Formats: sequence, C-alpha cells, structure tokens
Amino acid sequence: MPDLEELYREIILDHYRSPRNRGELPTPPAHRVEGFNPLCGDEVVLSLDVADGQLRDIKVAGSGCSISQSSGSLMSAAVKGKSIAEVRELIRVFKTMMTVHEANLGDDRPTGATDAPVEPEPIDLARLGELAALQGVVKFPVRIKCATLSWNALIQGLDELASA
Amino acid sequence: MTIHDPIDVEVTRKDFPLLSRTVHDRPIVYLDSASSSLQPRQVLAAMDHYYETTHANVHRGVYATAERATELYEGARLKVGRFIGAPQPEREIVFTKNATEALNLVANSWGRANLQHGDVVVLTEMEHHANLVPWLMLAESIGLELRYLPVDGDGRLDLADLDQLLEGAKVLAITAMSNVLGTINPVPSIAEAAHRAGAVVVVDGAQSVPHLVTDVTTLGADFLAFSAHKMQGPTGIGVLWARAELLDAMPPFLGGGGMIRDVSLTGFGPAEPPWRFEAGTPPIAEAVGLAAAVDYLSGVGMERVVAHERLLTAYAIEALHERLGPDLTIFGPPAGGDRGGVLSVAYRDVHAHDLAQVLDQFGVCVRPGHHCAKPLMRRLGVAATARASIALYNDERDIDTLIEGLNHVGTVFG
Repeated sequence: MPDLEELYREIILDHYRSPRNRGELPTPPAHRVEGFNPLCGDEVVLSLDVADGQLRDIKVAGSGCSISQSSGSLMSAAVKGKSIAEVRELIRVFKTMMTVHEANLGDDRPTGATDAPVEPEPIDLARLGELAALQGVVKFPVRIKCATLSWNALIQGLDELASA
Repeated sequence: MTIHDPIDVEVTRKDFPLLSRTVHDRPIVYLDSASSSLQPRQVLAAMDHYYETTHANVHRGVYATAERATELYEGARLKVGRFIGAPQPEREIVFTKNATEALNLVANSWGRANLQHGDVVVLTEMEHHANLVPWLMLAESIGLELRYLPVDGDGRLDLADLDQLLEGAKVLAITAMSNVLGTINPVPSIAEAAHRAGAVVVVDGAQSVPHLVTDVTTLGADFLAFSAHKMQGPTGIGVLWARAELLDAMPPFLGGGGMIRDVSLTGFGPAEPPWRFEAGTPPIAEAVGLAAAVDYLSGVGMERVVAHERLLTAYAIEALHERLGPDLTIFGPPAGGDRGGVLSVAYRDVHAHDLAQVLDQFGVCVRPGHHCAKPLMRRLGVAATARASIALYNDERDIDTLIEGLNHVGTVFG
C-alpha cells in the first residue's frame, strides 16, 4: 500500500509514539495557545517561551490522530531555540508544502482515468529536515488540517505575542 | 415473503450503482449507511422520470403537469405515512429538509407554544446533536430544566430512576436507536412512563425507521422525526410525523409561500397542517424519490431487512471479537434483540481517523469521529470512534474486508 506508506512514514510514527517536547510550561511567563479542530476533535495546546526575539522553549500538549500529534512534535523539535524570524520562515515553507492545489482535491475521476494530478509548487525540502516526512499528507487532502493544526496555533501564538 | 426467505444480497447489490465502483482499485465496501445510505436505481429513476416528465411547482398551477406534480407530492406523503402506520397520513406527515429540521420544528413550534421558564425536558445521554442542540437552544432562550437518562456500561439506557426523572416533565425527547452504539431503546415502555407523567414524547427515528419495522400506533411517540437519505432515499428531505391534534394546535415554524391561508400588510393566517409547516417550494423530486425508496423497502419487506441486519450484526460482532481479540473494543450492547447494525469500534489506542484512513485503502468506508454525539463520547471516555454501519446491501464479505483492514492497522501502527 504505497500511498499509506507515504502518509505513515517511520519518522511520523516515531514522533507519534514518542512525542518530543511533550507537556506544558507555567504561564506566565510562557504564553499558552490552543488549536482545535471541531470536526474531528483533534486538539493541541502550545506553551511558548519567547524572549529577545527568540523562541527559547516550546511544549506541546493535546490529543488527536497520528498526523496532528506527530506534526506538533516535529514542529516543536524544528522551531525550539530558533529566532522568531527563522520560525516564521519555517512556518511559511511548511505551509507551502501543505498547500494543496485545487486539481488535487477530491477523487471523483472516473475509474481508470489516466490524467496525473497537478504537482504542487516545488519547495526546498532540505530546509525542512524531518518535517519533509509530512509531505505525503498532501495526497490526503482531508488530513492536511491535521498536519497544520499545531502550525496554525503557533502562528496565532506568535501573533498574539507580537501584538501584546 | 417471510423472514424465513432471506434477502439475496447478491441480487440486492445489483440495484445500487455505487456498489459497482472501485476505490484504490478495490471494490467499494460501504459500511457508512448510518451516516447516509446508498440509493437503488429505482429511486434515481423515479426522480429522473419526475424531472423529465412532470416537473412543476406544487399546489399552485392549474395546468395538467402541475396537477400531476401535486398528486405525486401528496401521494408521497400518503405513502410515507402508511409506511410508519400513521392513522391519518394526509394530515400527520410534514416534509422537512431532514430529521434535524423536523426536530427543530418541534422544539421551536410546539416548544415555544407550550413550554415556559423552568419547565422540564428529559433527554438521554445518547442523543445525536440533532435531538439535543435544539433543546439546548430553547433552554438558553426561555430557561428550561434539562434532565438526562444516563447510559450504562453496556451502552443501554439506565432506567432505574426513570419515573423520578420524568416527574413534572413536559417533554421526553429520545432516540429510538443510537447512531453510535446501535442500542435500540425500549421506546414504547419509556413513552408510557412519560405519558403517565404528563410529558409529550419526541422520538428521533433517523436510525430506527430505516432499519426497523415502525408503527406509530404502538411506538408511543407523539412526534417522530426521520431522514430520507438514511433509508435509500435522496438527501434534502426529511419527515416529521406528529399526532394530528398536536399539529393542529401548533403555530408555523418557517414563514413564506404555501404555509398561509391569507396575508395582509399587517398579518397572516396560517394554512392547515401539514402545509402550515411547509413554507416555500418543497423538495418535490425528493418526495418522489422518498416514495420510491419506501416502495423499494416495502418490496423487500422491512421484516426481512430486520432479520438480515440482525444476522449480519451478530456475525460481525462475533467475527470481530474472534479474529481481533483484545485489540478491538466494540461499544454498545452485545448482539441481540436490542442491538442494531451500528458498530463503533476502537482498535488498540489507534486514533479513529488513522483507522479510517487505513480502511480506506481497502475500499472500506467507515465514519471516524464523534458522530454528532459528543456528550455520549465523553460518557464512553473516548474522543472518537470508527463506526461501521450495515444496511440491506451488506454481507459477510464486507465484514471480512473490514477485519482484513483492521488487521493491517496493526501492521502499520505496530
């Protein structure tokens, strides 16, 4: 089942089974932000410790499917200790990877149709490191919101901190 | 035809075009009928034929086609009414958008006319949001006391304190069959207790009407709501059955054309039921489709549907336990007379969405999530389940493929 293997890569399953930076930080000083997907009940709670333009620490709590939880874990490992500018850039690249083109949405083509789906814009996967493992999710449009749940929460948290 | 003359699934399946499709190069295994059922070509043909030959608005034109459209629409009302044993189908069947709208109609029209601050409404912990949120909204608006019949460890209603909970109640709103657990509730006896307490009984029949024999004269309901698309009919039409004297005394729900007797610039007089509750152009083609679905189910025979699904449910429960052992949890009562073909499962600690994702690769369609019953999910202590639900076109091979897929879940998630 090649599609399934592309979705459930070993890195993803590893982060799902052994999530990194799991837990919460005391607030204050940390900033707390929640992400919630009312459709499937996935939730993520981020604790962000930001000072001097740097994301000094991040903890991830919550519950949900393997994609939402592994994405939160992978994200925390990738952004911890980075400058806010670097974090924002990583978010941008990740979200580009997760952008699905309309031509890829749905699968109501007649059985046996040979037209290949349109490939998403090329992105520099090397910059994403382990996060690139999540690119298989794009083939499963319903699951994209699982993969982006913690990232959207991070954006919200950083925005709240910036405007505070 | 008797229950000793079982459904020939091989023949039945040929009536459902969608079942000949493949998914990921595998034959589709449709186990999501509790969410929405499939339509036989007889239903699709009836709707096509209507649009091709008879379409016109109803209750308006005097030309022949318009009269014929009205006949078909009103004929559907009679047919649906007879299907559930309505004593006066021409007065007691209201067409709505779906079961949800039917229940909203009851809460808003009957509820606002008959309930006031502090009145008691009794619900159950296993209600679908459709039979819960309208009452929560009304409670927010006028201030009601909501009480809940609890669910026990087997997924049945705990009726130990039934009379106490019903004391002083004005409404009992209850599902006839749980869309999560498959539990078939003993509505007649509970309704009897509710009536003794002076409450009206609102029954959510969205799961029961498609899968059980329904007779409103013995059910004990004052209101019964259900949807066409869960009983081989089209989306976009649902049904509210209510006792005629209740409908007669109820104010309109939605306003517009078709539901009035007279309108001036300062007021209006409502039409008689059931038209009083059918504002605007109704779902005419959908009513034709629903009538064809009723014909289809009646042709098969609901007793045979019940017998088929009961056998298959028992097979599924036994096979799932036998072949997956302790890795699998099935929520709801064991196989038996009060167990419908809705199987909510958990496999180890794998999330329902991951489970459904793997099953999809096997062509198996199940529903992951909270099934619009979040309070029940909390009661069960889970965020989500994967739900496989059966209908008259499913057979043992479908269950076997489900099990094959579940076994693969173990391979993927180790």
